Amino acid sequence: MSELLVMRDLHVAYRTGEGRLPAVRGVDLTVHEGEVVGVAGESGCGKSTLVSTVLRLQPKNARVEGEVVVLGEDVRTMRWGDLRALRWAGASIVFQGALHSLNPVHRIGRQIAEPIQVHEPDLPEDAVRRRVDDLLDQVGLSASRSRSYPHQLSGGQKQRVMIAMALACRPKLIVADEPTTALDVMVQAQILDLLRDLVHDLDVGLLIISHDLSVLADVCDRVLVMYAGRVVEAGRADEVFSDPLHPYSAALSGAFPRVGDPAARYAPAGLAGDPPDPRELPQGCSFAPRCPRAVDRCLEAEPPLVEVRPGRPVACIRVGEP
Amino acid sequence: MTAAPDPGAAFIEARGVTVEFTTRTGHAARALDGVDLAVPHGEVLAIVGESGSGKTTLARTLMGLERPTSGEVLFEGRPLDYSLRGLKSYRSRVQMVLQDAAGSLNPRQTVYESVAEGIRLHGRARTDEQGRTETELVAAALAEAGLRPPERLFLRYPHELSGGQKQRVLIAGALALRPELVLADEPVSSLDASIRGEILALLLELRRELGMGVVVVTHDLGLAWNIADRIAVMYLGRVVECGTTEEVLTAPRHPYTRALLSVVPEIDQLEPVVLRGEVPDPSRIPSGCRFHPRCPALADGTADRAGVADACHHRPLEILPATGEHRAACHLV
Repeated sequence: MSELLVMRDLHVAYRTGEGRLPAVRGVDLTVHEGEVVGVAGESGCGKSTLVSTVLRLQPKNARVEGEVVVLGEDVRTMRWGDLRALRWAGASIVFQGALHSLNPVHRIGRQIAEPIQVHEPDLPEDAVRRRVDDLLDQVGLSASRSRSYPHQLSGGQKQRVMIAMALACRPKLIVADEPTTALDVMVQAQILDLLRDLVHDLDVGLLIISHDLSVLADVCDRVLVMYAGRVVEAGRADEVFSDPLHPYSAALSGAFPRVGDPAARYAPAGLAGDPPDPRELPQGCSFAPRCPRAVDRCLEAEPPLVEVRPGRPVACIRVGEP
Repeated sequence: MTAAPDPGAAFIEARGVTVEFTTRTGHAARALDGVDLAVPHGEVLAIVGESGSGKTTLARTLMGLERPTSGEVLFEGRPLDYSLRGLKSYRSRVQMVLQDAAGSLNPRQTVYESVAEGIRLHGRARTDEQGRTETELVAAALAEAGLRPPERLFLRYPHELSGGQKQRVLIAGALALRPELVLADEPVSSLDASIRGEILALLLELRRELGMGVVVVTHDLGLAWNIADRIAVMYLGRVVECGTTEEVLTAPRHPYTRALLSVVPEIDQLEPVVLRGEVPDPSRIPSGCRFHPRCPALADGTADRAGVADACHHRPLEILPATGEHRAACHLV
């Protein structure tokens, strides 16, 4: 089976005191074995909601429509016991803010062992310990680290521990939500190298969420750019980054300048305004109020995602126009 | 303290600054180990380095929040006055914008109160040359920080603001005092990509319009390329390379700077040099060149062929001078 994750026309809306809040509005996404797919977008674009649906971790007030198929089974209709088995062993998630999600009072070896013991209760203790040592080795930490407490580790080391935990039950699919945010450039490079090696060696599928398109361009095969709950552009990662077709992708790509590019010197590129409130989406294209290329036609209807080149869907009616 | 400021002196300057902390085990950790750095009027200086390089300690020391264990901080050529009054007057001219915008605003204070606090503390409404009231000063600061119309935000609380707006409120609070220099610690690292450019553009605009200098502490070389005139690269408590932004980022001399540049995801022409490990513990600074245990030029034999490998291991490097041309603290240079 080569498709590890398939989302089809996924919609997620939250019921809130102030009415219905649509967070994800019709997303299609596929992750194959051995493939790294990235989702780019800023706070509030729905990317973390998207992640939560992969293992049915969305909050109770969320209403999910469409399909979320993980390893061939629809997570939405799966029985509780099957879902439990799927978590960690079939697919695992490295959550955003991982640096704070380790338990401060337990040694890290014990924390990595926990999902293993839950999923394989019959495994003898020394086998669990060996697995933990192997996992630490796999993420570039020495086995002696299993006796450390989280506060004894640096940010980069904690992130490695989180990745070791995600690998603990040998999942086929790993989802990483902002895996390098808050890490230094050098540590970020180390973590990205590690993720790349793991995908290559273990043939897992990896879905990475980030607001930094340059990071995604570096590690992903394909990326999807999300804005206000929808995919506005998708394609090969390097192409979307170096030759973005949607004005929003262009803004994300330009936000991280190429060092040495004279055009970026004393000219930080930004985008005026904030993303729209999902409860009060603007008429027409939801990006239009911030779009430097917007014209009156953009306010008429939300532009559909149209394949403008093979494998390159873009939701903008002005693609190709001067 | 009555002498006129030396006209040739930098606005603020660190001279041989060392800051030591004592760890719980009783060891001395040198967060700063001899730093010379000058910030002229109106300059945008970027202090770059990894976590643990000492860049935040340097900013805090320049701000008068840490006192040097040895060496001194000069303000207009004179030693910084650490008395309460001295610091108060210093901070009306030099302001700091902290890293975590969300965490630095009081959640129970309105935007107006947050910005007005400094104005009241420094009695700015009484001393304003144009005779503006406190409300007018707050409105002007918010507008300058790009929050328009300012009156609409007066009564908002931090939780009602977006990340970019919070960062702008913090900047407005600093601006309200008309500082001549703002020290900003990672001003955009917690912000979304699209907002990042706007905040950086704001800093440049304030420099252009008010002549305000900026010291920005960051690990982001793209940010430095976007706004900085000069760069000081720090490693383990020392400045290891400094020069103009063009010099340091397009013709880096120190192997550490080259490695940092090579891992910026956008630069694809450089072969990435991913250094192993992290900045060592400042209570155990390596002998010789402090970078030698991680140095790619030592590891691949370049240093050996140049006949300096022995010096790398054993001979410490001199402290780079505060001003002047492009310099790097490396035995290979």
